[in-house]
Amino acid sequence: MTDYDLEEQYARLLRDYREGKGEAQLYGAQQLGKQLLARNVSPEELADLHGRALERLGPVPEFVRESFQILTEIMIEYGNAYRSIHSWRSRHQQLESEIAVASAMQQALLPQRLPSCPGVDVGLVSVPAKQMSGDYYDFVCHDSHRFSLAIADITGKGIPAAMCMSMLKYAIDGLGEMELGPADILRHLNNVVERNLDPSMFVTMVYGRYDAAVHRFCYATAGHEPGFLYRRAEDRFYDLEGRGAALGIAPGSTYEEREVALEPGDCLILLTDGVTERKVGRAYFQREELVSYLQGEVGAPAQEMANRLYRRLLLLSQFELPDDYTMIILRRT
Amino acid sequence: MTEPYSEQVNIATEADIVTARQIGRNMARQLGFGTIMQSRIATTISELARNIYLYADSGTIFIEQVERDSRVGLRITAADTGPGIADIRKAMEDGYSTSGGLGAGLPGVKRMMDDFFLESVPGKGTRVIVVKWRNEAGGGDPG
Ligand SMILES: Nc1ncnc2c1ncn2[C@@H]1O[C@H](COP(=O)(O)OP(=O)(O)O)[C@@H](O)[C@H]1O
Ligand SMILES: [Mg+2]
Repeated sequence: MTDYDLEEQYARLLRDYREGKGEAQLYGAQQLGKQLLARNVSPEELADLHGRALERLGPVPEFVRESFQILTEIMIEYGNAYRSIHSWRSRHQQLESEIAVASAMQQALLPQRLPSCPGVDVGLVSVPAKQMSGDYYDFVCHDSHRFSLAIADITGKGIPAAMCMSMLKYAIDGLGEMELGPADILRHLNNVVERNLDPSMFVTMVYGRYDAAVHRFCYATAGHEPGFLYRRAEDRFYDLEGRGAALGIAPGSTYEEREVALEPGDCLILLTDGVTERKVGRAYFQREELVSYLQGEVGAPAQEMANRLYRRLLLLSQFELPDDYTMIILRRT
Repeated sequence: MTEPYSEQVNIATEADIVTARQIGRNMARQLGFGTIMQSRIATTISELARNIYLYADSGTIFIEQVERDSRVGLRITAADTGPGIADIRKAMEDGYSTSGGLGAGLPGVKRMMDDFFLESVPGKGTRVIVVKWRNEAGGGDPG
């Protein structure tokens, strides 16, 4: 279509509308709007087109004609915004593709397999709220019956949290060779994080070691949301208590180690606050409510239990996941 | 068509910005640019002159007819001896302008014109040169 055809079409639309004033012409105008956009007709060109089409319909009062000059001048500013969309779009695409690469790199930092030790069943669900996750978890197998695990939540979300996560990963890998206990690991990590992280950020973490020969879990906590211990004999959930400052808050923080023994059917549930912090309607979800959900799923194998809880909680918050979500379940079989 | 000619406007007040716009618009019309392009040229002069007025106190806008390869165009040169632009790349980024608006300012000027040249030395001054070539239809699409 040439510019002349466009002007012709526009003038016809105006004429029809003056005669009919029908919704059909308005529909036609909407469709024409799409064509104009597809042809990259700018707002100022449209204002000009309208003026020229008017002239075709009959004599236009001088002042009306002149008024188009004002409209055009103003539309040029809208035109500038319109033309900048292309550059915003390509910048956006570039960022998106960089984030996609970073996100894949981040996934590669997470363990690809769950530990398998006789007598203990492990389940995991970890879902980032956005492309990059601020939750971190790790499993390290020491021998046929011992493994360590870490679960951590980094303040903030997205790219800054992901950068911090890679630092944590390298620090933990470095410490892994030294066979330190959980409290010492947190003490070392705190120093690394404190020295290298922006002061406004911090990390909460539970670090623990499970020995499947005796079914004992020895752990230390750095400001992290308490997990749960399920006792099958009593059919009850207990908070997995722990004290210690979050990583990166103060230099020289120390951590205390605790130990729990698991009986057959007992479970440990570790989580990040993305699990508990959700809005249900207008109210906030309570920790006690989470317990009732846990109660409902507790007999199942660990992975199944984790999957079902994730789905039920997601449904509860109407499929919105405002924060990164991670849950690890250890179940003594 | 008239003989090739040029005009210079010293920019020190907002009234000078209006004068420069007016001269640019008239020259664009005489060169046969369509109404929209006349307005875009006036807007370009306005933005460049306003930057002088806002950031450099005073400077000049020089408008001239140019010819190359049998094409005719209008060249606008904005020059000042103000503080210069510290980070040119930033200044040319969409969304950087202090007005915060989409597409306004220097990136918007660059898109409306055909050629764009910017030279700035901190402490010495800034020079922006743009050219709009007239196409056969007399208008010309930006970008
Ligand atoms: N002639 C100039 N001298 C010094 N600084 C300038 C000049 N022109 C532009 N700048 C700098 O470049 C920035 C971007 O300019 P511009 O794109 O026109 O947007 P705005 O004027 O709305 O901020 C300005 O905020 C200013 O800091
Ligand atoms: Mg400006």
